Amino acid sequence: MSGAGRSAGPESGPAAGVTLFAGQSTAPPDRHVVRQILRFARHARDNGFPVGIDESLDALRFAESADLMDRGEIHGGLRALFCASAADWERFDDLFESYWTYRGQRTEVQVSGSVNRPGGEADAPFAQRLGIEGGNSGGGADETPGGASAAERLAGTDFRHLHESRDLQAVNELTERLARRMRWRLSRRRRVRARGRVIDLRNTIHKSLMHGGVPMKLAFKRRHPRPLKLVVILDASGSMSLYSGFFIRFIRGIVENFAESEAYVFHTRLVHLSAALREKDIERAVERMAMMSAGWGGGTRIGESLRSFNRYHAKSALNSRSVVMIVSDGYDTGPPEVLAAQLKKLRGRAKRVIWLNPLLGWRGYEPVAQGMAAALPYVDLFAPAHNLESLMALESYLYKL
Amino acid sequence: MNWRDLQSKLAGTGYIAGPDLAMALALMARLERPFLIEGEAGVGKTDVAKALAEVLETDLIRLQCYEGLDANAAVYEWNYQRQLLAIKIWEDEDLSVDEKEEHIFQERFLLKRPLLDAITRERPPVLLIDEIDRADEEFEAYLLEVLSDFQVSIPEMGTVKAISIPYVVLTSNSTRELSDALRRRCLYHWLDYPDEEKELAIVHARVPEMADALAGQIVRFVQALRREDLEKKPGIAETLDWARALAGLGMARLDEDMDAITQTLLCLLKTRADREQIAPEVVDRLVARAV
Repeated sequence: MSGAGRSAGPESGPAAGVTLFAGQSTAPPDRHVVRQILRFARHARDNGFPVGIDESLDALRFAESADLMDRGEIHGGLRALFCASAADWERFDDLFESYWTYRGQRTEVQVSGSVNRPGGEADAPFAQRLGIEGGNSGGGADETPGGASAAERLAGTDFRHLHESRDLQAVNELTERLARRMRWRLSRRRRVRARGRVIDLRNTIHKSLMHGGVPMKLAFKRRHPRPLKLVVILDASGSMSLYSGFFIRFIRGIVENFAESEAYVFHTRLVHLSAALREKDIERAVERMAMMSAGWGGGTRIGESLRSFNRYHAKSALNSRSVVMIVSDGYDTGPPEVLAAQLKKLRGRAKRVIWLNPLLGWRGYEPVAQGMAAALPYVDLFAPAHNLESLMALESYLYKL
Repeated sequence: MNWRDLQSKLAGTGYIAGPDLAMALALMARLERPFLIEGEAGVGKTDVAKALAEVLETDLIRLQCYEGLDANAAVYEWNYQRQLLAIKIWEDEDLSVDEKEEHIFQERFLLKRPLLDAITRERPPVLLIDEIDRADEEFEAYLLEVLSDFQVSIPEMGTVKAISIPYVVLTSNSTRELSDALRRRCLYHWLDYPDEEKELAIVHARVPEMADALAGQIVRFVQALRREDLEKKPGIAETLDWARALAGLGMARLDEDMDAITQTLLCLLKTRADREQIAPEVVDRLVARAV
């Protein structure tokens, strides 16, 4: 291991790792082995392993030195080389086994095709409020009649009263844009305000040279912008079904635009949603999320779901910059003490906890559901979320944080 | 080096590595790729690097990552005090600003931080980049650049090329997802809690004075404890602490003194919730099964 390719000789310099067989005196493995290894590399790639040309070449370099009769060694080496995450690590054994034992049973997941959407149009005044300039991406043929009043109407309409497909379309698009717009304002604020008072010695000295070393002008370090981290936990229970479609879109907009954001959905149990939401096609994302939640029965268990969030996800998802956004109507079939205790824990680990309740927009609604009442003491902001206006109000809250 | 040799040499330093890990380490030395180890806290990720440095008889350079770690702290920093002094000393010299500038940006005014230090050694060291997931994404991107090209560019001086390529070991607790690019650049290993056999070997290697019977009981107890519903599962260091504590008390069997067990359980259970979770009855049950 003192390593031929590691010495600092002129031929095998630092860049030696880039060249194939650099610094090796042994002959490359025979053609049959090369072909087998490359085939397996391609097989791994077809099955979603991050195996590129570099990895394939390194696999060949590995094969030169490895004992090819030792299955364990080939397995161990290729696993280290072809895996990049814990998930890959778990899958690799099956892949290796199936390939070398049964010669490549391909496992592919079919994803159903997406639904085509007509290009919905947003209207000008409302669009301006959302920060959308000019027209939008949709085709111009399909103008929504009614101008400003239609958009105002849509913004104020409870999501559950939207039935016409054209309205739905428009609201869906506005929802996504709103999420994008929120992030734009949030990040801009930090660029303007974030200015530390720490002297930057490096630049100060640089500037002092022209004054013979006397630091006349001080340079300051700017504080590194620290964007908020949004964590959304969405209730997908039956009682929320009228709303979940919209929130999925809203949340997707957030996940897409906030680099550090995570989304979870729960009904009877908690599922991590971010990967499904990063799906390019929103229809497919909604479909995937429906698939994940399909077959869930029984009552909503908010407390239990938060418990599993606290236990398994909080460590990685939360830090002192996190804002947790829970979207739920608060109908919990579990004991309210559990919800309160878990929410308290959550509150301790995050910067703010926001609870969005669509029912709050209903006239005469009081948070009397046991769960909701238990949750309130640990919630920083309890806000309605039944239409676009209420979502926009949220922006100004986050803005002030 | 053959992986079997490496495995036995690692064992010689007191680090018990499974065949998989030894193979991956041997491969890393050969392919000059960084090595990413993920796993729960306390499974011995950091010790891999220490043991490797010992086996290779080379230095261990450690870079502990944290949120806000920047290139200045990780790569290099100018020695400002010396620079200021130098400027003062040269004040009366008849030199142009450009010449003065050239003077103060020389290597002797440079403070090498771990990354620069690691690539400018004659003998390749082991570079441990600990808890990379705690650093920011920007730093991760920067690190990727250094680890791919093995060179560092210093604006005032130019590019510093690696004299030797260090053995790079990165560890992560997955508090944050790492970028795909970095993952791909690295060889990967998932380090799990050791199984009974391996953990027993570790206890033997690290607490040699312990009797075989008690060591076996301790390991079986800890293995069963990890299967309980705990917030923070005991790692290898915890097992060793506990083993040393029990050895210090002069115990011969796990079931001879339940009070001592209860009191020393602090070594294994580090949060209050976990201590409440493992009630005396549970301890009794676990001890009975381990003996």
